[in-house]
Amino acid sequence: MSPKETNIEKRTIAVLVDNEPGVLARVIGLFSGRGYNIESLTVSEVDQRKSFSRITVVTSGTPQILEQIKAQLDRLVPVHRISDLTNEGPAVERELALVKVAGTGEKRVESLRIADIFRARVVDSSHDHFVFEMTGKSDKLDVFIDLMQPLGLVDVSRTGVVAISRGPKGL
Amino acid sequence: MASEQLSGAEMVIKSLVDQGVEVIFGYPGGAVLPIYDALFQQNNIEHILVRQEGGAVHAAEGYARSTGKVGVVLVTSGPGATNAVTGLTDALMDSIPIVCLTGQVPTHLIGNDAFQEADTTGITRPCTKHNYLVKEIENLPRVMHEAFYVAQNGRPGPVVIDLPKDILQGKSDCYVPPEEIKHRSYKPQIDAEPNRIEQAVKLIAGAKRPVFYTGGGVINAGDRGSELLTRFVRKLGVPCTNTLMGLGGFPASDPQFLGMLGMHGTYEANLAMYNCDVMINIGARFDDRVTGRLDEFSPNSTKIHVDIDPSSINKNIMVDLPIIGDAARVLEAMIEAWDKGDYTLDQKALKAWWAQIDEWRSKDCLAYTQKGKLIKPQYAIQRLYELTKDRDTYITTEVGQHQMWAAQYFKFEEPKRWMTSGGLGTMGYGLPAAMGVQRAHRDSLVIDVAGEASILMNIQELSCIAQYNLPVKVFIVNNQWMGMVRQWQELLHGARYSESYSASLPDFVKLADSFGMVGMRCEDAADLDGMIMEMIDTPRPVVFDCAVVQDENVFPMIPSGAAHNQMLMGPEDKAAKPISEEGMVLV
Repeated sequence: MSPKETNIEKRTIAVLVDNEPGVLARVIGLFSGRGYNIESLTVSEVDQRKSFSRITVVTSGTPQILEQIKAQLDRLVPVHRISDLTNEGPAVERELALVKVAGTGEKRVESLRIADIFRARVVDSSHDHFVFEMTGKSDKLDVFIDLMQPLGLVDVSRTGVVAISRGPKGL
Repeated sequence: MASEQLSGAEMVIKSLVDQGVEVIFGYPGGAVLPIYDALFQQNNIEHILVRQEGGAVHAAEGYARSTGKVGVVLVTSGPGATNAVTGLTDALMDSIPIVCLTGQVPTHLIGNDAFQEADTTGITRPCTKHNYLVKEIENLPRVMHEAFYVAQNGRPGPVVIDLPKDILQGKSDCYVPPEEIKHRSYKPQIDAEPNRIEQAVKLIAGAKRPVFYTGGGVINAGDRGSELLTRFVRKLGVPCTNTLMGLGGFPASDPQFLGMLGMHGTYEANLAMYNCDVMINIGARFDDRVTGRLDEFSPNSTKIHVDIDPSSINKNIMVDLPIIGDAARVLEAMIEAWDKGDYTLDQKALKAWWAQIDEWRSKDCLAYTQKGKLIKPQYAIQRLYELTKDRDTYITTEVGQHQMWAAQYFKFEEPKRWMTSGGLGTMGYGLPAAMGVQRAHRDSLVIDVAGEASILMNIQELSCIAQYNLPVKVFIVNNQWMGMVRQWQELLHGARYSESYSASLPDFVKLADSFGMVGMRCEDAADLDGMIMEMIDTPRPVVFDCAVVQDENVFPMIPSGAAHNQMLMGPEDKAAKPISEEGMVLV
């Protein structure tokens, strides 16, 4: 194995962009075209008046690759600012999942019990299914979904990670 | 106050005029007819009709590189845009400022698989610096002016503006002049932090074996970039090497010039890179053709890297002191800091360094023997250089062996005289590029140094050259092989010459004749000088078919996967240093 493939790190990067057509394709194309990893990517408009969107991307690579990713993102024309949330001090990361579990009897009761422990909310139900809504760090969502597996898990929808730095300073 | 009512097409022309554009290269088609109609009714902008859209982009590249201005292209939707893709990628790789206007089907038909529809912004997104699809006429003036700003600021590059036909035909009073447009997000850093400049001059002052390694960034910084580089390097008395893109950035006749570096660079340049203790990279990007084997690249040097593009830093080679900024501005600041700090170099060490370099130089790595009637390609190119060097000459090239020989044997004294496809390596670049150069410099001597294979890739542009009577000289180094492919097959694939022979070549003299140009063919070394002079003195386009020895290879050469100190010096060397398995994978 070459030294390039060792010490892989995970980073969460926030990118503030002009909300213009094709901007997301530009970011995604950059990752695929240069062979970078995307573990999660979210995007939404965050300032309608100024027409800013915020992209949160979770990626992994060697420190050299990660620096490249940031430099490459920063030189895209519609990018205003980028921030390496993992590296630039503490940050809060959250993800939302909708989890559908179908079943009856003991399994159904058990799923509700676990949902309660995880502070998941029931957002839809019938006699033979629940849809749970849960927010938290990604690994917590992973554990919850794993636990639902034997109890009749039929569908999962996750938002991907959104993140923001701790403390009073903005991006 | 609202300005007059203009159609979208008229606004396009007005924007171009306001941006100082005097010529555009293009090819009409359904979607851009409104622009062609507006062009017809004005006299400010000349249109050069190419014969294929790829030629338009290369012509604009030649124009841009020889003038320092933005090259402008106008093509239609669908195939017009897709044909432009190679040229756009070429301009992106070589950082050439281009604005390419593409027609598009009307907005209500976009996505309907309409006639001559292509997803132009989708296709060109990875091969442009930026691109736009104009969906409202109100955005058109802003987008036009922004495109020029983006194309030429920071690291230059191509920008595409996709223009749906209904936008071109619509009318509005929304036109605004360029001065009123400020880009929201794109503000590249052009001045370096002063403390980095200070650190850099300190490192240089402490060097015992320094070398300047400079690239296209110096050329893109304008004439001032080369002036300042030359001044600084001469002041220091240190060696300087240029990349393929950087040739002309430092005067080649200067004794401090080591020639080009890299895969086919000189022995002295590559060994100076390998053995230096401080490397000053200005506007070059540690391309794989330059570095060779990465883990043995200049192993003992402290590296300073000046680049306007932060993503060039630490991309291939980790550097010790990155400096973000425009090459000219950084050089100016370095000279100022050097003078102010009253720095000097260790003259004794420098003398020893030069003695070492002179020893490498004495190998005379570009030597060849010309004997008898058959013309060696190196000799053809060297004679072409000797007979044109005292003139106002511009050189373009195609891609392959002839390109490397031109880079080795031509000596460029100033920037913007050398136009070659460096990053992308586009065969067929040179002829249309020469058109663009000649259009910009009508009275200059413009020569496309070509190979017989490359020239056929855009040979249709002879028709364009004939139409505008652009007196371009096409100098074909004809060895009847795709020479560089053949060279690699010889070195790496057991001399199995798969599909690299140039069969069924045209009679280039008759071909020239058919376009009403002058055709010449030279087969005897004794005739070469006379015929080159005749070519130069012909005030019309000339196709010069120079028959050369077929099996010459380009040396010296750093084989793929090898380091700078493992160069092959000539044919006798190649058996002694077989290419590694690892190297075979590399291109």
